[in-house]
Amino acid sequence: MGTAVYNGEVPTPSLTGFTLPITAAMGAFFGLIAGQSTGLGGLLGIAAGAVVGAIVAYILVTMVSYKTGRWGAIVAIGLIGFFVGGNLGLVVGLIAGALLGWCAYWLHLGKYRRSLPPYATSGQVLWHNSFKFICGAIFFFLIAPIITIIPLSFNAENFFTFTPEMLALDPAGYSLQHYRDFFTNDDWLRPMKNSLIIAPFATIISVSLGTLAAIGLSQSHVPFRRAIMAILISPMIVPLIISATGMFFFYSQMGLWMENTFGISKSLSGYIKVILAHAALGIPFVIITVTATLVGFDNSLTRAAANMGATPTTTFFKVQMPLILPGVISGALFAFITSFDEVVVVLFVGAAAQKTLPWQMFTGLREQISPTILAVATILVIFSILLLATVEILRRRSERLRGMSPA
Amino acid sequence: MTDTLDSGPVLAADGRPLKASLNRALRRQKMRSMMLIAPLLIFIMFTFVIPIGQMLFRSVENQIVSDVLPTTTQMLHDWDASTGERPSEDVFAALTKDMMVAVEKKEHTRLGSRLNYETTGISSLFRKTGRRVDDMGEVYTEQFTALDPTWENPVFWADLVALPDAAAALPQTLAAYASFSDTIISEDGDDPREEQPWNTVYLSLYQDLSAASAADLSALPAEVGVAQAAVGGFETQNLGDAFTKIDKDWSSVEVWETIHTYSPDFTNGYFLNSIDRQKTADGSEWRGEQQQIYLTLFVRTLIMSMTITISCILLGYPVAWLLANLPMRTANLLMILVLLPFWTSLLVRTSAWKVLLQQQGVINDIVVWLGLVADDNRLALINNATGTIIAMTHILLPFMILPLYSVMKTVPPTYVRAAKSLGATNWTAFWRVYFPQSVPGIGAGSILVFILSIGYYITPEIVGGTKGVFISNRIAYHISSSLNWGLAAALGSILLAVVMLLYWAYDRIVGIDNVKLGG
Repeated sequence: MGTAVYNGEVPTPSLTGFTLPITAAMGAFFGLIAGQSTGLGGLLGIAAGAVVGAIVAYILVTMVSYKTGRWGAIVAIGLIGFFVGGNLGLVVGLIAGALLGWCAYWLHLGKYRRSLPPYATSGQVLWHNSFKFICGAIFFFLIAPIITIIPLSFNAENFFTFTPEMLALDPAGYSLQHYRDFFTNDDWLRPMKNSLIIAPFATIISVSLGTLAAIGLSQSHVPFRRAIMAILISPMIVPLIISATGMFFFYSQMGLWMENTFGISKSLSGYIKVILAHAALGIPFVIITVTATLVGFDNSLTRAAANMGATPTTTFFKVQMPLILPGVISGALFAFITSFDEVVVVLFVGAAAQKTLPWQMFTGLREQISPTILAVATILVIFSILLLATVEILRRRSERLRGMSPA
Repeated sequence: MTDTLDSGPVLAADGRPLKASLNRALRRQKMRSMMLIAPLLIFIMFTFVIPIGQMLFRSVENQIVSDVLPTTTQMLHDWDASTGERPSEDVFAALTKDMMVAVEKKEHTRLGSRLNYETTGISSLFRKTGRRVDDMGEVYTEQFTALDPTWENPVFWADLVALPDAAAALPQTLAAYASFSDTIISEDGDDPREEQPWNTVYLSLYQDLSAASAADLSALPAEVGVAQAAVGGFETQNLGDAFTKIDKDWSSVEVWETIHTYSPDFTNGYFLNSIDRQKTADGSEWRGEQQQIYLTLFVRTLIMSMTITISCILLGYPVAWLLANLPMRTANLLMILVLLPFWTSLLVRTSAWKVLLQQQGVINDIVVWLGLVADDNRLALINNATGTIIAMTHILLPFMILPLYSVMKTVPPTYVRAAKSLGATNWTAFWRVYFPQSVPGIGAGSILVFILSIGYYITPEIVGGTKGVFISNRIAYHISSSLNWGLAAALGSILLAVVMLLYWAYDRIVGIDNVKLGG
């Protein structure tokens, strides 16, 4: 945070005027939760919580060492929680113990102002810590909705909220039934299969055409480069609903034309339409990632290869491709996820036979909402974690290959 | 000096002038890069640009009226709605003929639903008329056949219209017969030489014979001359009254005015509709208060997109600042918390919010559990604007944080330190020194978030209810439910224009090549 870091001794703050009241306030907060949830009443909870918080802080900072103190607080308050509120109480108690112990030492040992210069006023210290707290809250806002659905997907009931059994950590409250439903129900398996057919084909088209074009664009002396770039990026900028509306009109005629001219079946032409539409949507991502990789590409390498007698094709596959491969792969992942995650266009262009996973989720959310959606969502979250990791690894590898510092 | 003048232009190794050689090399290089780009450009043209262009075209295209009612629209051209009179008998005669063909081709219902978007009731009017139009003019058929049964003979008819002099003498009959024969050949695969013509052909014959003189008909078979002598005494049918008997709306000026207004091949009617105006004979007027929905929706879309953009700035700025100023290792770890939502499926995040925000959902359960809200007074967080704003802020927040972060990374920390050492307070140092340097990031992020949110469909559809939907939901409704595709295309074109304007601004501020993905 602050740039001038002072790691020297910080004067111990006042125990009764600083550490005890703040820890007590935190205790009061947990007391409020406990009081409300057990039915003892909020005020009683606040009072009891404040007393417990103050006592814990006093014992910790005056009597025991850091490590013993932290563990001691966790165990003690966890036990209090267990006696008051059973299994759930135990969990809340353990968390409260960890936080109270941390808070007491954080304040008493002066860690709260460690990254600030010693001359910082108390107002600045307060702002510094409030700012950290606000940022923490925003991160919580970002991540909490995604995390919350994971335990909910193991719900034994058809509810979308935590049942009392789940809160009591009773195994009977949890089950894999929604996952079982996903893996056995044809309403979900067929869309899954469709998604796995459509997305790879769309990815192959966008990556092969997109990589070639990105190489062409990165050369010097490309006429109308800005205009071409604008056209190629446009599927990403034009709102999906407009793309879908335009494609809806055009692709229905194209489908009829394909069926009449080549005599292909309605279902095959449906797949071709959706694949082409998704390929168009994925292209900007390939162009952007591959162009970014090519920015650092040293063109003397291709000239050197040509000098040594390599044909342009050999040069491309042996010299250029290995170097830009990370960019191509992460472009491919973007194109894949674009197609895999796309609803609006497939909703307009595709027929029921091409129903994809997001389409099925969309219908589910709009009409007959079933908790299986949460199981699917959890699987997709895990899938996106894997994708994120892959892209991150590729990005670093690419930067290393191009001799840039890993950022 | 003289040496170079004597030797002429500098030559390359192969003896050509160097300048030409260089130009040729440059041209070849340009060709090569164009060859690499061309496949994709053609692909995008066909799969994306042409469909969008076609949508733009569809928003003004209106050929269906003049296609289905070709003669009626022509005859109606000079009709003046301000007289308050229904059109003349000639127009009704033309309508009879056009409708006959349209009914056989089953096009009248399509036209009916097209015109129904403009004036309610036309759809049922056309359907009702379509069932009874083949009786129109029957009175003439009966009188011609009573006069001479030859008029019933299909072969006689086919021979009559094939005569070279028929075209000049019986123009309307020929036209009516042509549409009769074309239609039965194309629709039913019948032979006109085996089918008795429609009543409309006899009606046209009656019209022709009433107008023609005996001399004109001298070259035609004798039956025609006999018929011409007799038509003066024929019982006539008032077609206007006959149509009005089917449905009194045929005498209503409003219906005729609609057909008249939408006769041209191109119309600005869809665009007028999409800004809540109505096309009239001379210009346009505002729709009634009750029917004004699109302007409200456009305004709501803009206001909500702005609200979402502002919430994204408020939430994204501190986080981006923190990420840009923390040590690399910690920042990369925290970055995962931004990138994970970014990579998670849109549907997953929308489902999560639907689950969290419901009346019986997690957030309501928690506030009730904490006793902040009574159980019978749960917060209405979903199916309204609040739900849309919360969910979309969450979904679009990464798009704000990432550009902000990349701009803030480039702001040197020494500037703020210098400001402070010169005596600035923390606030002044931030507001006067740091903030102005981060403005490009705010601009880039805001435009990105605004462009994305203005065209959002899925999330408002699921968490927006009726009060939290955007213009895109209305477009989808017109595509899939009301089937008013022209209006959907016009609404889409307006939205596209707004986005293009913003895109242009984005290109000017950030440059489209500088878009970065995933940090």
